Amino acid sequence: MMKFQAFLVVWALVLAGCAGGPFGGGGDDAGAVDLNASGAGAGAGDFTPGGPNDPSSVAYFQQTVGDRVLFAVDQSNLTPEGRSALTRQAQWLTANPGYTALIEGHADEQGTREYNLALGGRRANAARDFLVSQGVSAARLRTISYGKERPIQVCSTEACYSQNRRAVTVLAAGAGV
Amino acid sequence: MSRLFLILALLFASLGLSVPSMAQDGPLRITITDGVIEPLPFAVPTFVARNSAANDIAQDITRVIAADLTNTGLFREIPQDAHIARVSSFDSTVQWSDWKAINAQALITGSVLVEGDGRLVVQFRLFDVFSEAPLGEGLQFVGTADGWRRMAHKVADAAYSRITGEGPYFDSRVVFVAETGPKNARQKRLAVMDYDGANVQYLTSSDSIVLAPRFSPDGSQIIYTSYASGFPRVTILDVASLGRRTVGDSNANMSFAPRFSPDGSRAVYSAEVAGNTDIYLLNIASGQSTRLTTEPSIETAPSFSPDGSRIVFESDRSGAPQIYVMSAGGGSASRISFGEGRYGTPVWSPRGDLVAFTKQNRGRFHIGVMRIDGSEERLLTGAFLDEGPTWAPNGRVVMFTRESPGAQGAPALYSVDITGRNLQRAATPAAASDPNWGPLLK
Repeated sequence: MMKFQAFLVVWALVLAGCAGGPFGGGGDDAGAVDLNASGAGAGAGDFTPGGPNDPSSVAYFQQTVGDRVLFAVDQSNLTPEGRSALTRQAQWLTANPGYTALIEGHADEQGTREYNLALGGRRANAARDFLVSQGVSAARLRTISYGKERPIQVCSTEACYSQNRRAVTVLAAGAGV
Repeated sequence: MSRLFLILALLFASLGLSVPSMAQDGPLRITITDGVIEPLPFAVPTFVARNSAANDIAQDITRVIAADLTNTGLFREIPQDAHIARVSSFDSTVQWSDWKAINAQALITGSVLVEGDGRLVVQFRLFDVFSEAPLGEGLQFVGTADGWRRMAHKVADAAYSRITGEGPYFDSRVVFVAETGPKNARQKRLAVMDYDGANVQYLTSSDSIVLAPRFSPDGSQIIYTSYASGFPRVTILDVASLGRRTVGDSNANMSFAPRFSPDGSRAVYSAEVAGNTDIYLLNIASGQSTRLTTEPSIETAPSFSPDGSRIVFESDRSGAPQIYVMSAGGGSASRISFGEGRYGTPVWSPRGDLVAFTKQNRGRFHIGVMRIDGSEERLLTGAFLDEGPTWAPNGRVVMFTRESPGAQGAPALYSVDITGRNLQRAATPAAASDPNWGPLLK
């Protein structure tokens, strides 16, 4: 019973993280695609609408376009790789106007809680500004910082830290404000 | 709901005092300095139960008193089985030679009575054995039975203060974030406990992230950062009703790192607008916020001086996080941290003389203190990840978060004396972070 409740809470958090509060996808599940279900097993030619081979799918955005950019220690400047990824994201968002995006800024654990929240804010905003410069309407974009609260890798070495210093563009269905 | 009533009972337990006549101060004294000191040996025979209903609670109270004093690192209890004298009555004559023979320099005696209506009456006296004299007046505390730990803390506080000359701090509570779940999906909820880890109560559910709670000066409210709306927002929780409300500039993308002013009428916090984090001042009554800093850099972790006139905060305007002091009305700021490394989370001591901070240097984190002008920096701890100090009400001890590394890493609460001695882990039931030490209870 306890385990089941814990699972529900975790899943609720995942949904909240994907759908993003006020920008949430309402009843539409586009913002909460199950990455496992839309898995890598689909080979060339296995075209399923909404699957990873559908260029207008959330899975395609996450896996092929690339939904995240990484940062150097204590930096919020975009790297050349980050600019490339964001350029592809901007092209995708332009081609798929039915989505809004919540850009999550994150930090690694090397830093105080407060400073990392502010740093995550800077990173998310750097990604947002670049998307806007590439023609994405600012009304479709919103940012949030999780500081060091939601690492994606849990080891305490640079191999993990480098993956945790990130800005992730999370899609939700909707035309924006 | 029963927990809520327990909080109320604890906070408002009547602790009336009466004062039997006693002699004045003797020479018994611990002066707390940076030097290594030998803990002062004391004896506390089990408090005399004045009726049979008080037997168990007299034992319990005596053990809490002994633990409070021993855990400061300044006192050493002489075990009861080494005692020669037997105290059978609160008013019996002290057998000085018996206590001298076991080298008990301080002697604490007391009695406990459970009245017909369930109320508890606790009396105590403190003696300087080698002067053969009482140290201060005898005290009597009256309260409800579920407040027995508080009465024990009050007795220990009185003994501690009389012997050290420092302010009391045992009868106080700590608000913190209780953590469960894996490192990449931590569930967090607000909790309060007695300073020694007893009486843990949870104030929020774990359905959204909560960070860095801080008590109001009277302990009736807690201001913290909540993700309940989906975005980080400064939130105030009423301890008695558990009612919550969002406060702060609603134009900001996120708001966080709040802390009350010493009179409770205002709060300072950080808000982020378009990627830039600055410090804002909130008028609690009107709900209006005023921006205090306008730099393009990160300004966060603000903390008032005890007189409310100044604010110490963290900024990376120089290129890396350092500590600055400005007027509570904003304006120009003076940098006070100049040592090697990065400085953050400054907290002004309740005495006004020191700032406690987090320092990050050469891959390690430290809790340290420095004077308000930045001089006399002293690091109290060093570890993989120490952060977020909070002051005990008397300004002698700081509590902080220590997180262990790796995939199984988890945070815990630790305390350390401002001399750097007596590092102790607080006994929380699970992982815990972001402690904030509340006021001495009334």
